[in-house]
Amino acid sequence: MDNIAGTRPGLIWAVNLSVIFLVLLWAVPTFGLLVSSFRDRDQITTSGWWKALLASEQNIIVRSELPEDQYEEGDLYVISGNIFESGEGRVIAFGVSSRAPTDLMPGETGEMSRGREMSVQDNGDYRITSPEPFEGSRGVRIFATTVEPPRFALENYERVMFSEGLGRSFINTFSVTIPATIIPILVAAFAAYALAWMEFPGRSLLIATVVGLLVVPLQLALIPLLSLHNDIGLGKSYMGIWLAHTGFGLPLAIYLLRNYIAGLPKEVIESARVDGATDFEIFRRIVLPLSFPALASFAIFQFLWVWNDLLVATVFLGVNEQQLVMTGRLRELLGSRGGDWEILAASAFVSIVVPLIVFFTMQKYLVRGLLSGSVKGG
Amino acid sequence: MIQVLGALATIIVGVFACVTYFYFSNYLLDAIFPARGSNASRNINRASAVRPWLFMGPAIIFLSAYLVYPVVSSVWLSLHNASGDEFVGLDNYRWLLGDDKFLESMRNNILWLIVVPAASTFFGLVAAALTDRIFWGNFAKSMIFMPMAISFIGAAVIWKFIYDYRGDGAAEIGLINAMVVALSGEAKAWLTIIPWNNFFLMVVLIWIQTGFAMVILSAALRGIPEETIEAAILDGASPFQIFFRIKVPQIWGTIAVVWTTITILVLKVFDIVLAMTNGQWGSQVLANLMFDWMFRGNDMGRASTVALVIMVLVTPIMVWNIRNARAELR
Repeated sequence: MDNIAGTRPGLIWAVNLSVIFLVLLWAVPTFGLLVSSFRDRDQITTSGWWKALLASEQNIIVRSELPEDQYEEGDLYVISGNIFESGEGRVIAFGVSSRAPTDLMPGETGEMSRGREMSVQDNGDYRITSPEPFEGSRGVRIFATTVEPPRFALENYERVMFSEGLGRSFINTFSVTIPATIIPILVAAFAAYALAWMEFPGRSLLIATVVGLLVVPLQLALIPLLSLHNDIGLGKSYMGIWLAHTGFGLPLAIYLLRNYIAGLPKEVIESARVDGATDFEIFRRIVLPLSFPALASFAIFQFLWVWNDLLVATVFLGVNEQQLVMTGRLRELLGSRGGDWEILAASAFVSIVVPLIVFFTMQKYLVRGLLSGSVKGG
Repeated sequence: MIQVLGALATIIVGVFACVTYFYFSNYLLDAIFPARGSNASRNINRASAVRPWLFMGPAIIFLSAYLVYPVVSSVWLSLHNASGDEFVGLDNYRWLLGDDKFLESMRNNILWLIVVPAASTFFGLVAAALTDRIFWGNFAKSMIFMPMAISFIGAAVIWKFIYDYRGDGAAEIGLINAMVVALSGEAKAWLTIIPWNNFFLMVVLIWIQTGFAMVILSAALRGIPEETIEAAILDGASPFQIFFRIKVPQIWGTIAVVWTTITILVLKVFDIVLAMTNGQWGSQVLANLMFDWMFRGNDMGRASTVALVIMVLVTPIMVWNIRNARAELR
């Protein structure tokens, strides 16, 4: 019905435009980093990612082929080659020394010391001649201003996965996340059933306790639990972090599942009781299958939360190769490679790709879980 | 690979152990109090008195060990010295009140508590109201909701890139500085500008939380009875009047829930500050201060005291939540 009020064409336009603006505002930051993760270091540092699709102009310094590759032409010694590694690109200007790096136009010839001459064509072909043999172990420096076509590559990803250790962290994160998602579901489902359908003294007190524990800040739990884990010999281990995540996830799990299970039709459960089914059977045969949507909602919450968690992992797991999770690795990279955006961008995307996949495929359950957890009396 | 197999094995063993526990404890209970014979009815009563505790046993143990015990233990630790073995009375609290970093954290946290929930709820409400009116609203919602799936640390990387500063005439690759330069302004290292850097950090959390607010408020808006809106339209109300005078007042309850949920999150958030400024340039917050004292300061007493301050700050919301839940149960 509110469309009647919204059908004025001007207003519709305004609404569409504002939503486009909002969506751009929300998507652009992520998109920028995504684009950057496919660009190489030079491109990232010389031009903003929004120019990635345009050809980029940059000043580069390249070294020619090595002196050992020189050949003789008449009485001159010659080194020749192309300054573009990929073979694509255009030279706008070049120079023979760092004092005048853009003095010469493509096609011209520049004089260097000791009678050497250098010429660079606009396709990047260069030719350096000398009356005496070239010596030394390094090539001659060529200064050039070039325009290169956009280039995207997976090199950054290859590098972070295999040489920066992110691949290993990826496995570590999985090892933390899967058990830490499944165990609390099991524990909570039984408790939720008891709180929803069994009569016993202290039930409402327990429910109130669970609601209260929902908001206990994790910070409070860190020190006492770390000492506890050290005392009972768990130390910094996977078992320790699984138990910790189970404990921290339980209030939400019980709360969400209890809300859902308490809303199941009373007749079904009562009639099963009358037929002589025990609570255990009712739980297993009726409640568990019917609660699938709520179980899925919580599983997604817990998965996202554990996967994205940095605090609990830092406290309850070590920082060695076998235990460092992706969020921890990302934090470490931020410290040690603060300016290397190609590494950071690719690493960040490796770490958020799984949550994004889960998010987009299971959005329905996530939304449902959020609603059952939050909309009360609304 | 071995590790993944280890994890899989643990899952199977863990799940198996859980199922076995529940199955056998129930089986045992039925064996001890069989629901037949001369004492059948008494046995049934006894069994059903015990069974809830079997169902809840593991949960109660976990909750007590991982959430209740730490609260008590933290109070005890906050009355002790750095290594936790010498009683120092209220020294930690006295230190806290005189500590510049703590006062700075409190001030910043209050700012965070005002700005982030308000902005997230506001943008969420606007986004919900707008996206409900257009045909591609679901796509738009997904895009705004998406940051929810991104870790705080991932978001910190994303936004650090936005705020990136190079200076010295180098090409600015951070979006904000590039725009500032394009408008012939001067590029700045935004994250070091006191006190505005606090707001630049808050933007990150607002960016993450708006989607959450939007999803919940959108559902609440759709739940508003049509008649009230029809009546308003017939009375000639403008779309803005309908939104602010008719719709918003009907979803105050939900707005309050969204607001408090984000408030709690704000008090606990530390990853963003840790990754982007680590509390330098006057941007410290309580959660990161606590982390700092725990890891760099190695002082259990002070760290626990800071954690307790966070606990005290969430307590009013806790009480409010419990009262709401109890009212609902009745």
